Amino acid sequence: MMLDDFMFRAALAGLGVALAAAPLGCFIVWRRMAYFGDATAHAAVLGVALSLTLSTPIFAGVLVVSLLMAIIVSTLSGRGYAMDTLLGVMAHSALAVGLVAVSFLSGVRIDLMAYLFGDILAVGKTDLIVIWGGAALVLALVGWRWSALLLATLNPDLAHASGVSPKREQLILTVALAIVVAVAIKVVGVLLIAAMLIIPAATARPFSKTPESMAFMAAIIGCSASVIGLKTSYALDSPTGPTIVCVVALMFIASSILWKVSRSFGGGEPAGPAS
Amino acid sequence: MLVSTHELSVRLGKRLILENINLRVQRGEIVTVIGPNGSGKSTLLRALIGAVAPCSGRVVKAPGLTIGYVPQRLHIDETLPMTVRRFMSLPKPPAPSELDAAMAQAGVSGLEQQQVMSLSGGQFQRVLLARALLEKPDLLLLDEATQGLDHRGSAGFYRQIDSVRQALGCAVIMVSHELHVVMRRTDRVICINGHICCEGEPEAVSASPEYQSLFGLDDDEAMAVYRHRNHHQHSHTEGAL
Repeated sequence: MMLDDFMFRAALAGLGVALAAAPLGCFIVWRRMAYFGDATAHAAVLGVALSLTLSTPIFAGVLVVSLLMAIIVSTLSGRGYAMDTLLGVMAHSALAVGLVAVSFLSGVRIDLMAYLFGDILAVGKTDLIVIWGGAALVLALVGWRWSALLLATLNPDLAHASGVSPKREQLILTVALAIVVAVAIKVVGVLLIAAMLIIPAATARPFSKTPESMAFMAAIIGCSASVIGLKTSYALDSPTGPTIVCVVALMFIASSILWKVSRSFGGGEPAGPAS
Repeated sequence: MLVSTHELSVRLGKRLILENINLRVQRGEIVTVIGPNGSGKSTLLRALIGAVAPCSGRVVKAPGLTIGYVPQRLHIDETLPMTVRRFMSLPKPPAPSELDAAMAQAGVSGLEQQQVMSLSGGQFQRVLLARALLEKPDLLLLDEATQGLDHRGSAGFYRQIDSVRQALGCAVIMVSHELHVVMRRTDRVICINGHICCEGEPEAVSASPEYQSLFGLDDDEAMAVYRHRNHHQHSHTEGAL
């Protein structure tokens, strides 16, 4: 059976994460909260330590801590702290506390590298269920709230006037982000989750005319980067998670160059960012 | 009565922005809110749409009231691709005929495929107006809607508002600091500076000492505003407090 092939399972895992990360990554780019993804991901290490201590599934521990982190940050950001300062403090302290907590775990040997950089080749059938379940949940959540999320992203006052609560939409986004981090930690790892959220969306931007086309294109870019990165890492015997991110980073560079070239020679499309 | 406020006070952080505002707006009225920078004009509109909560007092809306809101300045992040048509369809897509009608009413037909970011300031304000008109609002709120328009542009914009009001029969509350332009097309002026300084028909307000001291007009300038209006029949009003 194909699921017995570790490469096939890895590819499925990568696709699941890429699909869920694409629309969410677009919102993170549009709302300029790139560091928010970072902070949530870093807090996940603490979640790993917690679930090992309490012997709960890693997924649950990471989900709880990421959610807590996200909620603390969104609450505090309304109280006069500058967002980037707050995220810087929270992200690095959460990571540090997580690392210290892990060092106190006696008797358990854990491969911290696996959580920092992910180990997509070790993905099992249960992991696949968690990843695709999480991805389906995130896609359903974002799809359900799509228009309200867009309006709240555009302008909170416009949202209020149309009866959409920006606070609630922010919370939904936060929950979705925590779910993605929790399911992706095994695949790409803590340090690379933010990359998989942001880079495909940024790569798709110059060639999109509507929010929907950008999310769709980000999904295609993320999926192809996962598959290409997987094959490349097999061929080069390089670490898989980082290789996937390298591939998507190359795609971003190619997209930026293409964009600049088409602008200077073709007059260009009206779609892209004004420079 | 479409909307009214009762002893409405709003605090942002530690600062008391609005204090004991009593306001009543009837169907079909055009009410202009004027006041210096930082006087709480925008906050008043934001309290009416529910974007800021009052710290005391309350806002009472007629049941089922639909509000069209045109914000002061809308910055669309350049990372967010958005066509005019897509923008108009948020949060729910209108029927194509309604979309065309609203675009025509706001004077921006034919821009549907354009990127929102590529619009000029005036076009964008009209697109915002068109979007606000989609839901056939009972109450239209305009916050410095003519900012960034030249004199002719903003005069045209206000003409548009007037014709929209006649077509829809809605009430309009607008915030402005362009006294001369705005007063020509308004039924009632409310002059605020944290609290309501004076209110009434445009002639009465522009002649009132509260208004003149608030805007630091010396006698010559005040007379200029006054004369500007003098070709209207000068009606006596009790409006000024």
